[in-house]
Amino acid sequence: MPKRTDLKKILVIGSGPIVIGQAGEFDYSGSQACKALREEGYTVILVNNNPATIMTDPESASRVYIEPLVPEILEKIIARERPDAILPTVGGQTALNLAVELARSGILARYGVELIGASHRAIEIAEDRLLFKETMERAGLAVPRGSLVRSLEEALSLAKTLTYPILVRPSFTLGGEGSGVAHKEDELRAVVQRGLELSPVHQVLLEESVIGWKEFELEVMRDRGDNVVIICSIENFDPMGIHTGDSITVAPAQTLSDREYQKMRDWAIRVMRAVGVETGGSNIQFAVNPLDGRMLVIEMNPRVSRSSALASKATGFPIAKIAAKLAVGYTLDELPNDITKKTPASFEPTLDYVVVKIPRWNFEKFPGAKTTLTTQMRSVGEVMALGRTFKEAVQKAIRSLEIGQPGLGGDDELLLAPELIRDYLERPNPKRIFSIYRAIHGGASIEELARWTGIDPWFLTQLEEIAHLERRLRVQNLESVSAELLLQAKRFGFSDAVLAKIFRTSESAVRAKRLEHGICPVYKRVDTCAAEFEAQTPYLYSTYEADESEAAPTQKKKVVVLGGGPYRIGQGIEFDYCCCHAAFALRELGYEVIMINCNPETVSTDYDTSDKLYFEPLTLEDVLNIVDVERPDGVIVQFGGQTPLNLAGALREHGVPIWGTSPEDIDLAEDREKFALVLDELEIKHPRSGIAFSVEEAFRVAEDIGFPLLVRPSYVLGGRAMAICYDKSDLAHYIEEAVRVSPAQPVLIDEFLQDALELDVDAVSDGQDCVIGGILEHIERAGIHSGDSCCVLPPWTLSEEILDQVRSVTKQLARRLHVVGLMNVQYAVQNGKLYVLEVNPRASRTVPFISKATGVPLAKIAAKVMAGMTLTELGLCEEPKVKGVHVKAPVFPFDRFLIDPILGPEMKSTGEVMGSAETVGEAFAKTQLSLKSRLPTEGTVFISVNDRDKPAIIPIARALRALGFTLMATRGTAQFLRAVGLPVRPINKVSEGHPHIGDAIRAGEIQLVINTPSGKRAHHDEVAIRIGAVKHRVPYVTTVEGARVLVEAIRSLKSGLLRVYALEEFH
Amino acid sequence: MAILALEDGKIFRGRACGAHGVLCGEVVFNTGMTGYQEILTDPSYAGQIVCMTYPHMGNYGVNSEDVESARPWVSGFIVRELSQRFSNWRGQMDLERYLHEHNIIGVCEVDTRALTRHIREKGAMRGCLSSFDSDPDELIARARCAPTISEYNWVHEVSCTEPYEWAGGEIKSESRHDVHIVVVDFGVKRSIVRQLGARARRVTVVPAFWSAEAILDLQPDGILLSNGPGDPAILRDAIATARKLIDAERCPIFGICLGHQILGLALGARAYKLKFGHRGANQPVKNLLTNRIEITSHNHGFALTDLPSAVELTHINLNDGSIEGFRHKRLPIFAVQYHPEASPGPHDAHHLFDRFIELALAPSAHYAQAH
Ligand SMILES: Nc1ncnc2c1ncn2[C@@H]1O[C@H](COP(=O)(O)OP(=O)(O)O)[C@@H](O)[C@H]1O
Ligand SMILES: Nc1ncnc2c1ncn2[C@@H]1O[C@H](COP(=O)(O)OP(=O)(O)O)[C@@H](O)[C@H]1O
Ligand SMILES: [Mg+2]
Ligand SMILES: [Mg+2]
Repeated sequence: MPKRTDLKKILVIGSGPIVIGQAGEFDYSGSQACKALREEGYTVILVNNNPATIMTDPESASRVYIEPLVPEILEKIIARERPDAILPTVGGQTALNLAVELARSGILARYGVELIGASHRAIEIAEDRLLFKETMERAGLAVPRGSLVRSLEEALSLAKTLTYPILVRPSFTLGGEGSGVAHKEDELRAVVQRGLELSPVHQVLLEESVIGWKEFELEVMRDRGDNVVIICSIENFDPMGIHTGDSITVAPAQTLSDREYQKMRDWAIRVMRAVGVETGGSNIQFAVNPLDGRMLVIEMNPRVSRSSALASKATGFPIAKIAAKLAVGYTLDELPNDITKKTPASFEPTLDYVVVKIPRWNFEKFPGAKTTLTTQMRSVGEVMALGRTFKEAVQKAIRSLEIGQPGLGGDDELLLAPELIRDYLERPNPKRIFSIYRAIHGGASIEELARWTGIDPWFLTQLEEIAHLERRLRVQNLESVSAELLLQAKRFGFSDAVLAKIFRTSESAVRAKRLEHGICPVYKRVDTCAAEFEAQTPYLYSTYEADESEAAPTQKKKVVVLGGGPYRIGQGIEFDYCCCHAAFALRELGYEVIMINCNPETVSTDYDTSDKLYFEPLTLEDVLNIVDVERPDGVIVQFGGQTPLNLAGALREHGVPIWGTSPEDIDLAEDREKFALVLDELEIKHPRSGIAFSVEEAFRVAEDIGFPLLVRPSYVLGGRAMAICYDKSDLAHYIEEAVRVSPAQPVLIDEFLQDALELDVDAVSDGQDCVIGGILEHIERAGIHSGDSCCVLPPWTLSEEILDQVRSVTKQLARRLHVVGLMNVQYAVQNGKLYVLEVNPRASRTVPFISKATGVPLAKIAAKVMAGMTLTELGLCEEPKVKGVHVKAPVFPFDRFLIDPILGPEMKSTGEVMGSAETVGEAFAKTQLSLKSRLPTEGTVFISVNDRDKPAIIPIARALRALGFTLMATRGTAQFLRAVGLPVRPINKVSEGHPHIGDAIRAGEIQLVINTPSGKRAHHDEVAIRIGAVKHRVPYVTTVEGARVLVEAIRSLKSGLLRVYALEEFH
Repeated sequence: MAILALEDGKIFRGRACGAHGVLCGEVVFNTGMTGYQEILTDPSYAGQIVCMTYPHMGNYGVNSEDVESARPWVSGFIVRELSQRFSNWRGQMDLERYLHEHNIIGVCEVDTRALTRHIREKGAMRGCLSSFDSDPDELIARARCAPTISEYNWVHEVSCTEPYEWAGGEIKSESRHDVHIVVVDFGVKRSIVRQLGARARRVTVVPAFWSAEAILDLQPDGILLSNGPGDPAILRDAIATARKLIDAERCPIFGICLGHQILGLALGARAYKLKFGHRGANQPVKNLLTNRIEITSHNHGFALTDLPSAVELTHINLNDGSIEGFRHKRLPIFAVQYHPEASPGPHDAHHLFDRFIELALAPSAHYAQAH
């Protein structure tokens, strides 16, 4: 069937900000879908409030709306654009749920808009746990025993008919949100209550637990002709009970015989038909009993998902793109297979390599959070690696993670009685694979390990083989080791770094030895068909094979762009956005662009973003190997965040041509001590600072700088382990407990600029001229990480003379650091004086936001500058004028960790949203609108602030009164506000006994919480309040400035009508 | 150090992991990711050296159920990595031991992708496989003087010598149709007989060299010409027999793989050798009558062309447009080049057996309607 001609305009819904369970993969699927639809000549309207996405680029859609993803706003956009159809299947759970709301509320009917990709009915069946269960049973497919409940009472009575442990799974949530296992009644109460709260429809499924069974996923596609194909099978290394998003996963399935696999395939096809997903891709999860093969259907997601993004990268089959084309009526046989060009898309990819995905967690940023992995996903990113064997792939994946572990092996002390780490084996946790490996060395048997971990013996055996080879390596050294053994080590995936540890030598020595023996990797292609047909797209991975390399380097002028590696807090999608733009720009200039990255959730690893894709770890070893083969004219390290930047020096030492700002100047900016001297030399103000190698020294430094202080270990990046010390006891505590200072690990101590206003500036320089891209004024005071503060563009309170000072200092710095490309400067303004906090000689988190707001593609311009063009040639001669007001607000994952959500100098947010309007209040309101905890326009506000903030809170409290809110406060604050004549209802602190504020929050009596931390280590009282707010989705602010704009936002919300704007209306 | 030497002089090295010895055969590759035991025991692979493109083989071991005949038929097995340990509740023995016990030369640690690409470029060719560190030139020489696939009649080796009845398997006979199907065994896979046995009350398997008369004396309601190894063109007797069976107009005939080719040749089509064949479980076949696409299991190195006017084309391969099935315009005769019985592979085409039984139940109707 050809494409539909009755459709002209299609609205694509994005997935919004990056949150746990819904990350960059949906930018990948969304931008692919948009591209596919435009290719077909449809007018594409896009809505997504995440500015750091390729899909929100002007090139992706005819009109882009960076607007909140809520029904009332969508209705406005629909009314304005009158699309014929909505594609809700490429924007994750967000888009899917939004589509359901639009359908239920009759908006779709009113405007005659059709859902394509998945019908309302199909979505309901797939996402409503009960409907799904019933549908499966009707289709004769087995599901876990259990049933749906709408209240705690129901749950408790149902529980009597089930046997513990019982699994609780809410409807219409993602990433296992609100799900959990209950081993006894009181646990059940807790999990069910939370599950009911988190489910948008307040339903949870209680079912028999099959924890410990094997977990599988199939990625399935169906077209209008009812043709169904399986794109990829995925086997979870970790058993049922650990969310697939938190599991190490492997493609293809490894331990199913053809009989079992085909049965699963048959079931998947029946699921598709039963649920009635007419076109597009779906993800179906199965549980299999390892003892008898009994199989159960766990769930289906009637949309492209995290796993389908992974499957696309793992197979080379572009699921989202094809899904979009099927949605407009094509059948699979009418679409070509992009990779072979000659064969159609109506086939099932077959692999001749193994793919391993490992999640990346950030628990270290959430002290106190339990690291046990459960049915609720908590990883913030992932890496994927390809190898010819599982052993090779898993080793590559581990070193791609950038967690200081260049692979399995090389541990100092080997022998470790399994019993000692039994708990680490039985309790699923981020480091479990390392524990298993050590337990094997310690003599644990595969049977024991399988019993303790629930991991299939086949996988454990692979790890055992790696361990056995390590034993053979350990009795050798670099001189004695034979070429054969060394080669086998490489075939087993051992990195040079790990071998260096084993041989007690340096990585470069291992590399030298390797090259001396002529042992270097070959590159094989990902071609969807195991070489049966010729691959037209160069999508490669490294492996150690004797016979043949398919790298086929060209003689063209070429440049390598280093990606950012796995997403993690502090280094997210913004950097992938910049890498993609670098690729686009350099292709425009006629370069062959070679991308290196290992993150499957990215657009940069889409095989048509660059000319050539190497899906490889971003380690020195792996990058050098590629450089040796490709011999590029330049390597770009500025766009992928800290990851490539940290490689710059070492690459330069190996004679690799680095484009843009030189490694020397990068070091000058990155090394805080050297940089301080630069600032002094330029007579630029900066916080006084010192360094301490011992507690005594720290106190001495503190003496002459004076409290409060900002302290951080010298070796960390991304604001890790930074803290503010208000007095000696803070400092002592920090140094003794937090970082354990030592001569090897000194702490940097800065004067903490109190009540200072913070600015973020992004600029681009060609070595001669420097142009400011934008100046962002933070709403929160300095002391809250730039990535966690709300920013306003253009600045709204700063005087012109300060701004001019900012401009000239920025240009001064660019010149002094010989910046070629992008530069980010963070400033603080205290009592009208300007201080420089730091310079990042690279693309920053705020570049995409500024580009969206101003329409100036900073990253592209920077890339061209690095290629030798001047800003004048590129026509960027002055700072872009900003139309309207643009606010960037962070999104936090506290609801997943349930720890104190206060903000500080260490970044905690996973993503951001953008709001654009005429006023700050309106723009800010837009950023808050689509958050899970919606801003109230009426009700009760609870206020409890520290003494320093009390004066500042008065006007805020007044304004809230004026807006009709009731005020509630803890005693101190209550008295204070009463004293200025404000009616306030006092309420107990938690410590003062029931009924206290905690009860009030739980009872839903509070609509907004304003609570500023009392400076020092937080009192458990405050903590209880804030965690309560997070748990029960009550909006909260922890800073006075935040409260101030919040009031503005509420005011504009009450005034009704938020206007929607297409992005270009601001350009 | 084991060696594979190809007739064009190309050498691939690996490690011996099965029985020891030296032998020659046609080197082909299979792109299926599962089903190695079915492949090893599929008589259609008789005399061939099979390279598996998926690197890990033996993960789930071998068992007594997933066999397509009494013993393995491939003569050499080339893989990237053989699992040291298998894991599956049905697994009974590891693959390496199985290869030893059935005296199959296995070679692992081979760059199977490079080998596959070579065959894709140069076409399937003869090779000589040695589990020893033999002299490559000698092996090349041996490969060159080995018989080609078209010079040796493998059907004689794989076909049963005595007729036998299929016991029926799990399904109760009441729930099966009261028809008698005769399977002409050119190297039939058990799954074909199983599929028939699940539907027909009586299934008789007869040797390939049986005459048409002998076959018809069994009073069949339907005749199935099975899959099998080698080049159809050299099976003159079988083609003649097929011709007689067609002309007899006694009952519906269903051809699968080699059976499809034999029927085609009997009806006047031509067969030719594909460059490197279709061997895998992911081949898209389009049914031209319904426009439905089926993902199918393939194992053939030859294909039909120039179909006579008496038949109409019903299935094509969407990858290369080759003929995958036809039916007779007048008679209840149809055939497919691929494997509806799957094993290994997707079950999308099982319905063809239902179709065959329907025809067997009321052939006259179809003759009538066809006229
Ligand atoms: N009945 C069950 N017994 C044990 N574990 C389960 C069961 N159902 C689901 N799980 C686990 O919970 C995880 C999340 O469940 P799922 O329904 O996929 O949540 P989501 O739809 O939010 O991804 C699954 O990946 C699986 O590991
Ligand atoms: N001297 C200081 N006074 C006040 N706040 C500071 C000071 N130095 C840093 N900060 C705060 O800490 C945050 C993180 O510090 P920064 O040097 O930017 O680390 P990172 O490299 O992680 O961005 C800044 O965004 C700022 O809010
Ligand atoms: Mg789900
Ligand atoms: Mg910073």
